[in-house]
Amino acid sequence: MLISGIKSRPVYGRLALDAYAKRHLIAAEGEGAQAVLDCLAAAPPDALARVTILYASGGSRDRNHLERLSALGADYCHEFPTIPTLLFRLDGVLGTATMGLRLYASGTEGFMGQVIQRVLAHGIDHHSIITEHRGSLARRVQCVHCKGIIENVTTNIATCTHCGVNLLVRDHYSRRLGAFMGVSADAEEAGALPAREDAFP
Amino acid sequence: MSGGVQIPVRVAAIETVGRDIKRFRLEPRSGEPMPRFSGGSHVVVTMQSGAQTYRNPYSLMGSPDDGSRYEISVLRTGQSRGGSHFMHDTAAVGTALTISHPINLFPIDQRGRKHILIAGGIGITPFMAMAEQLDLLGQPFELHYAMRSAACGAYAESLAARYGRRVHLYQSDQGRRIPLAQLLDHQPLGTHLYVCGPGAMIEWVMSSARGAGWPKESLHFERFLPPPSGTTFEVRLALSNRTVPVGEHESILEAVEAAGIDAPYLCRGGACGQCETAVLSADGELDHMDHYLTPEEKGAGRQIMICVSRLKGRVLELDL
Repeated sequence: MLISGIKSRPVYGRLALDAYAKRHLIAAEGEGAQAVLDCLAAAPPDALARVTILYASGGSRDRNHLERLSALGADYCHEFPTIPTLLFRLDGVLGTATMGLRLYASGTEGFMGQVIQRVLAHGIDHHSIITEHRGSLARRVQCVHCKGIIENVTTNIATCTHCGVNLLVRDHYSRRLGAFMGVSADAEEAGALPAREDAFP
Repeated sequence: MSGGVQIPVRVAAIETVGRDIKRFRLEPRSGEPMPRFSGGSHVVVTMQSGAQTYRNPYSLMGSPDDGSRYEISVLRTGQSRGGSHFMHDTAAVGTALTISHPINLFPIDQRGRKHILIAGGIGITPFMAMAEQLDLLGQPFELHYAMRSAACGAYAESLAARYGRRVHLYQSDQGRRIPLAQLLDHQPLGTHLYVCGPGAMIEWVMSSARGAGWPKESLHFERFLPPPSGTTFEVRLALSNRTVPVGEHESILEAVEAAGIDAPYLCRGGACGQCETAVLSADGELDHMDHYLTPEEKGAGRQIMICVSRLKGRVLELDL
C-alpha cells in the first residue's frame, strides 16, 4: 500500500557548487558529510573561502567525518550536538543572508526535510536548494490523527508515539511539515494489520 | 472557443497617457461584473476590423478587486501587425471588443518576503496591478521604472505620487539608468525579482541577477512576442485532414483559425505553452521563437508553439 508515483515524494540530486553563488551554506547530517567531502574535493580555494558548513554528526559520530570536513579549508565549519541546535543556527544565518547565498543539504530525508522547511519560511523556493540523500532511509512521519511528529521511522507500519494509533507510512509527503503522512492502518478492524517490514532501513 | 470563456466588452473611455500610448477602459456589455484577477494577469483582446480579426494580449493594469471595469494600455508599435493600429486609430468609445478571461503567467510569488519590480517602457503595465496588490497586502516592494523620456513614461507621476519612495524613475534621455548591480547586491534572502520590458532589458536583468548569485526560481519575467513575419509555407493538419497556407505576416495559429479550425491557445505570445503542437514532419528548419520550450526541446524538433514559431521550408505537418 506504499502507493508509488505519488508526486509529492521528494526527489534528491547530487551536491554541486553553483558557480554563480556569492556564498555557499551547507547543512549536513551524519553520512551527508561524505557528500560534502565528495562535492568539495575538487573545489578551488576561492570557492572554499565562501563556504559555510553546519554539521550534526548524528549516528555517524564515531566515523570522524568532522575531522575531514574541518580539513577541507572552508571559511567556516562548525559541529552541532543535535539537529535542532543546527536548525536554530541555520535560522539565524538565513535571517541575515542575502540573495547571493546558495543552500545545500545532505543527510537523511528527515534532516533535509527540516532544512527545506526552514528555508521555505525565508521565501526561498525548494528548487533553489541543492540536496543529496545519504545515510538511512528512515522517515519523519506526521500522524494525521493527532498531528504528532514521529522521527526515524524505519518500518511500513509504525505506532504513533503520541496517540498510539497504528500508522501506515505513505509516500505522500508535505514540504511544509517536512514529513511523510502516517494514516491509521487498522481503522476497519482494530489489530488487523499488514505485516510489519523494515521498509526504510 | 479554445482561448477559454470570452467576455463581450465595450470601450468605455480612452485616454492618451504618453507618446503613442493610450489607456482603454473596458466595461462588460452584459453589465455583469467581470472576474477579479491577480496582479500580473493579462487578457487576450479580440478586435474585429471588417473581415480581419486581430488578437493581442494586454496586461490588466487596474485594481485587481474591481470587476466593473478592466484597464489596458496599448503602445502603438512601429511594426504593428494591425492590432495596436486598430486600437489607436479605429477603436472609439462604444467600440465592441471581446476579451478572454484574465490569465496570469506573471504572478507575484506570495512566499517572497520582498519584491523588486523592474519595468522598461510599456512593460510598466503588469506592475500597475502588482504594486496595488502588494500595497494592499502590506508586502515590501520597490518599483524601478526605466523610460526613454518623461513623455514615454506613462503613469510615472501617478505611481510616484501613490507609492512615494518605493518608486524609482530613470529617464535615459537624462543619462539615468537602473543601477542594477547595486540593486542586486545585498538584497535580503527571500527577495523575488520581476522584470517586464524590451527583450534586451529582460536579458540584461536576468543574466545580471544570475551573475550576482540569485537562484533562477526567484527571478520572474514576462514578455509577449508579437508573431514574427517570415516566408510563406503550408501546414498539413493530420487530424483535420486539411492543408492551410501560412502567409508572410501571419502566424500558424492565425492561419489555422482563419481556416475555421479551433486550435488551443492562451497567451498568443510564446509564453504559456497552451498551443504546444506535435510536429509530425517538416521539410525545413523549425524557427522556434517562443520562450516556453527548453533549448533541448527546441533542438529535438518534436514540438512547436504555433502562436509565434514558423517553418523555414515548404511543408510542416502537425498533429492538429
